[in-house]
Amino acid sequence: MTGRAPKHGRPGAAAVGTTVAGAAVAVAERMLRIDRRWLFAFVTVAVSLPLFFNLQQHVAVTPEARGVRDAVAQLPPGAHVLLACDYDPGSAAELQPMTVTFLKQALSQRLRVIVMGLWPQGPPQADLALEEALRDPAVAALAPRYGIDYINLGFQSGNEVVIQRLGSSIPAVFPRDYRGTPIAQFPIMAGVRDFSSIAYVFNVSAGYPGTVEWVQFAGDRFHAHVGSGTTAVSAPLYYTYYPAQLTGLLGGMKGAAEYEVAAGFTGKAMTYMFSQSLSHIVVVIFILLGNLAFLLTRSRRPQP
Amino acid sequence: MSVDVGIWIGAFLTLGIFSFLYRDNPVYRACEAVFVGVSAGYWFVSLFWQNVWPKLILNLRDAAGATLHGAGWDERWLYLIAGLLGVMMLLRLAPKIGWISRWPLAFIVGTTAGLYFITYLQSNAISQVHDTLVPLVTAGAGRFLFVPLPFHVDWNAVFIFLGTFTGLVYFFFSVEHKGAAGKAARTGTYFLMITFGASFGYTVMSRMSLLIGRLDFLFGQWLGLLR
Repeated sequence: MTGRAPKHGRPGAAAVGTTVAGAAVAVAERMLRIDRRWLFAFVTVAVSLPLFFNLQQHVAVTPEARGVRDAVAQLPPGAHVLLACDYDPGSAAELQPMTVTFLKQALSQRLRVIVMGLWPQGPPQADLALEEALRDPAVAALAPRYGIDYINLGFQSGNEVVIQRLGSSIPAVFPRDYRGTPIAQFPIMAGVRDFSSIAYVFNVSAGYPGTVEWVQFAGDRFHAHVGSGTTAVSAPLYYTYYPAQLTGLLGGMKGAAEYEVAAGFTGKAMTYMFSQSLSHIVVVIFILLGNLAFLLTRSRRPQP
Repeated sequence: MSVDVGIWIGAFLTLGIFSFLYRDNPVYRACEAVFVGVSAGYWFVSLFWQNVWPKLILNLRDAAGATLHGAGWDERWLYLIAGLLGVMMLLRLAPKIGWISRWPLAFIVGTTAGLYFITYLQSNAISQVHDTLVPLVTAGAGRFLFVPLPFHVDWNAVFIFLGTFTGLVYFFFSVEHKGAAGKAARTGTYFLMITFGASFGYTVMSRMSLLIGRLDFLFGQWLGLLR
């Protein structure tokens, strides 16, 4: 900028342009060298802030989530539904809200809920979800009782073979409940034989064994109506089963929030959604900035 | 702030794992080792008390009791075969007779293959093809953007058909990807890229959800700062 002005054209315009471009490239180079821990800090702040202010956002309900709600809503009171909790605490942030909402909807409709798990940590998670569901005013007003309105049969090892055997005899696979009491003592299990006694199967899945196995064995083999709530990582794999082999599909926290809205039981997932969205915005902004910085500095990189 | 010791341990372990985001450190490695150890221990105890004890030991005990009381053959003696297969599997730990463990492995592979052969064909092949072959065009008035059409087009089905067809062309290597086949294969790669992008997006969402869950635990259950 301090050099002599050119004889033709606007004085110093080219120099100013060069300087601005140079400054942009310098900023871009600094951005590319930024410590990744700053990104972690930004994401942490973006996730944390909405939690403190209890911010919520509008969540549009997709047909996949409505499918789960409708499948449960159309069941008559007294019908048996099977809730298969195939996940552990590691996936609870995404999946626990689905389990809670399903229990709230089913129990408030006076459905009889049979809980089981192909993962050892599934039944304890279901117990936690039951505690929360039973505190909901709509459910508490009906005062559902263990063994009559709901039961936890616990864990059974064997993965898909367990589902296969449930198609022959549920009491043979689960002779006792989670606490070791013979299931013959519980009125809820009277008349429950196999999948023909189950009006709807809802599988909450974090992987294997999970939704694939329930679709393949309970759905396709024994013609049970199956719905699924799954982690976001798994959801793209299961979309191929919807709507023919799955009545509904909840994918990750977004799916859980949609189900809460559709069923009318706002809970944790809706509380988390603003954090989710804000963190996504931060990630997208950094992706855009990173790409912009890469493009600006590309000419200065050594060509391979 | 919570007064529950379990919550405090959980918070300490969570912060220990998070400390890796700053840099690798001994606290992180200790927390990681605790996680792996507790998981292995939990699985061992859980499988022992929910499988080995009730299914093997109790069934064999009852079978022995029935036989001793003169009931004759009891079908629960068949659990001996399962127990034997389990012991054979453990022989893998003895190098000289480790080959014996191949027998129970062969049993597992054989039964799994038999169990899945028809199921996979039905659920992941025939059903998927059936659901893809839906009418693309049906009778009745339709619309493309703002243009009225004399027939109804199921654009979703058209899109799925195109994606499936061009994706299959991309993986069909018996024909060189030139001309029409090349264009179809290239279109297939776009569909594949969109699929991978959607999977990646879902993965990011999943990981963020886990972070949200942990921060909710730290700020809510541990520190009691959330309403």
